[in-house]
Amino acid sequence: MDFSLNEVQEMLADSIEKFIDNEYPFDARQTYAASESGFSADVWKTFAELGWTTVPFSEDDGGFNGDQVDVMVMMQRFGRGLLVEPFLANIVLAGGILKRVGSAAQKQQWLQGIMSGELQATLAFTEPQARYDIANIATTATADGADWVLNGQKGLVFNGGTSDLIIVPARTSGKQDAESGITLFAVPADTAGMSINAYHTVDGLRAAELTLNDVRVSRDAVLGGKDEGFVALDETIDDATLAICAEAVGIMQVLKDKTVEYSKNRSQFGVPIGSFQALQHRMVDMLTVCEQAQSLLLWATMTVAEGGAEAKRAVSSIKYLVGTSGQTLGEEAVQLHGGMGVTWDLDVAHYFKRLTAISQLFGNADWHLDKLAA
Amino acid sequence: MHVTFSPGELVFQEEVRAFFRDEYPEDMRQKRDKGMELDPDDQIRWQQLLYKKGWAGINWPVEYGGTGWTPVQKYIYATEEANANAPLVIPFGLSMVGPVIYTFGSEEQKQRFLPDILASKVWWCQGYSEPGSGSDLASLKTRADLVGDHFVVSGTKTWTTLGQHADWIFCLVRTNTDVARRQEGISFMLIDMKSPGVSVKPIILLDGVHEVNEIHFENVEVPVENLVGEEGKGWTYGKVLLQHERANIAGVARSRYRLRRLRNQVKSSVRGAAPLSGDKNFMRRLAAVEVELKALEYTELRTLAAVSSGKAPGPESSILKVKGTEIQQAIDMLYVQAAGYYALPYVPDQYRPDFADQYIGEEAETQSSLRYFNYRKASIYGGSNEIQKNIIAKHVLGL
Ligand SMILES: Cc1cc2nc3c(=O)[nH]c(=O)nc-3n(C[C@H](O)[C@H](O)[C@H](O)COP(=O)(O)OP(=O)(O)OC[C@H]3O[C@@H](n4cnc5c(N)ncnc54)[C@H](O)[C@@H]3O)c2cc1C
Repeated sequence: MDFSLNEVQEMLADSIEKFIDNEYPFDARQTYAASESGFSADVWKTFAELGWTTVPFSEDDGGFNGDQVDVMVMMQRFGRGLLVEPFLANIVLAGGILKRVGSAAQKQQWLQGIMSGELQATLAFTEPQARYDIANIATTATADGADWVLNGQKGLVFNGGTSDLIIVPARTSGKQDAESGITLFAVPADTAGMSINAYHTVDGLRAAELTLNDVRVSRDAVLGGKDEGFVALDETIDDATLAICAEAVGIMQVLKDKTVEYSKNRSQFGVPIGSFQALQHRMVDMLTVCEQAQSLLLWATMTVAEGGAEAKRAVSSIKYLVGTSGQTLGEEAVQLHGGMGVTWDLDVAHYFKRLTAISQLFGNADWHLDKLAA
Repeated sequence: MHVTFSPGELVFQEEVRAFFRDEYPEDMRQKRDKGMELDPDDQIRWQQLLYKKGWAGINWPVEYGGTGWTPVQKYIYATEEANANAPLVIPFGLSMVGPVIYTFGSEEQKQRFLPDILASKVWWCQGYSEPGSGSDLASLKTRADLVGDHFVVSGTKTWTTLGQHADWIFCLVRTNTDVARRQEGISFMLIDMKSPGVSVKPIILLDGVHEVNEIHFENVEVPVENLVGEEGKGWTYGKVLLQHERANIAGVARSRYRLRRLRNQVKSSVRGAAPLSGDKNFMRRLAAVEVELKALEYTELRTLAAVSSGKAPGPESSILKVKGTEIQQAIDMLYVQAAGYYALPYVPDQYRPDFADQYIGEEAETQSSLRYFNYRKASIYGGSNEIQKNIIAKHVLGL
């Protein structure tokens, strides 16, 4: 057992921290979030130049040979900086599918572009009626000669409005919520019949509703085996769940630190509000949650990375903790800032909003508690 | 002791129901049911309809044009108002400055201000908090110095809700710094927002809405007749008002309405293999909030019954404020969880009347997180919940 970062992870952590400290102040984040695309193309280029976009891909694929732990190291820091760049959509989601089931040709065609930062990609992981069940897929793909024709709807496609490539899971056989019978398709966003309704999300990021109306792709678009897409989809969503939990833990630590700092500087009744025991105990609780979450995050991520039998429980455990104690921590951070905590101008509210969004993603606390109780 | 309404109360309930059914404007109903904010003009139109009916001054004594209702009648009214999803009356005139003026104001002030407040002809806002004085309100620094027949007011008020629409502001200001207790140097003053030297700067809240403001006073001349009651007694007056504010904040009837709506919503929810009403985790939490709310409903009724009409509620109102806002916030969270992924789209434009594009999600879904974010304020304003607990500890428990 070893909880320390290895040399490479140290370097990665260090370079991300430096980047955020020097080049990603909160007002820059706000500017990028408000821009047309919702993120900075320049920052994304920097991500690629520094090799951050290659981390979880194998050396054979031209990557850095990293695993979930490396992604955790990165995402936790992205959380601290509240980054809006589409790492989750490109690297964890679309990249996660491509690296698992993409053929050599498909990787050449898509993954290279993702790693070099020249191609924007995402995964349409849910549908309006599905709630949190990733197997609930009503979108159909029907064979027509050498082509496939896709019809259906996808919801909350992260960065859907700026993506060149959207990976679309579709039903090729079986019942609407069956795990078998799901096939994954790589669909260029400009394919005829793709209609993308992009919008802002409450956490300052972007997503889109996607309607597929007789979208025709060739058989080369199929990623992995026909009807066999679920495993790759499921593993990728687990990776993504861990990734956003790491982001959440980074956010929680920032919220805790900022609250403690604020309580030392804000005076009422002639003393810093941090001197009131009623508040001290609550900040102690915040610290405890951070420590607990950090521990569970490490266990969960290492368990998944090392292929432990408890991998599924591990993912659900950390997601549950983030969605319960983590969410409460966010509320406490706002509360202890008083009126300042609910203003747009202060960063605290934006960290809180992202934390809230994360709590609803890839299964909320109830969803994961059910899995743990089963 | 009995929990059912008397025949007379049932008749009154019918009258209130009929009023909301027949008089509550259809255009407002539609806007509100779609989760849209009302324009200030709509708000005033509605309050003037209440005035016409004689129901503007719910808590006011009859001699000033109030209803003279019993606590049970007020309870019935609040319930029907919530069930109609009618807008809340903006509290600053009718629930805050009105009672201060009819309790502590001069005869002349009563005649000058009360009729317009009752008729919603003048929009009021509340100028208590300052950048350096939130929880510790008594430390406020806005100065009002007497020069001849007027005060000269300088300072900054902040968090002023809807101050951008206000015609008048009631303020706590410091008229004397040479006092033993800081509270004794504070006075209650009415200031015309059109006075030279008043400027309003917006503060945007976390949901992107312009709801509060920072208001600067630079050598603003205020006639002495705008001082309410005695100089140096503003703190006492202001406290009375805050207790009114706290009781109003509990929002029991609204919470009941929202929980009932949520129960209906989850029965027919379109997300997931089965409706959310089959989800035990979720339904248990919803039921637990219902229990808390039922208890609060009767705590409020007990408090109201103990208070003879017109008299301000005591420190017990702090309990109503703390519990009421905790329940509101718990309900907000339930709505977010019910919405799942569709709590995320930020699409406020689609609830504007001129929206012609494709809708994303259902209203109850996409408005849920904005409401949750915005109402974090409920445990902060009106005296934060921590301050309420300090008050309870000191004045109720004697600690
Ligand atoms: C949306 C909104 C609308 C508002 N509208 C108005 C308005 O119209 N008019 C108006 O005058 N004001 C208004 N307020 C101001 C509101 O009353 C203050 O925000 C509130 O009193 C808290 O003050 P503060 O924000 O300065 O927080 P602070 O007083 O700085 O408090 C920060 C934190 O410390 C805690 N704290 C402070 N003292 C103690 C203590 N002794 N023991 C334990 N904990 C303590 C607080 O509870 C809070 O959690 C509004 C506020 C908001 C957010």
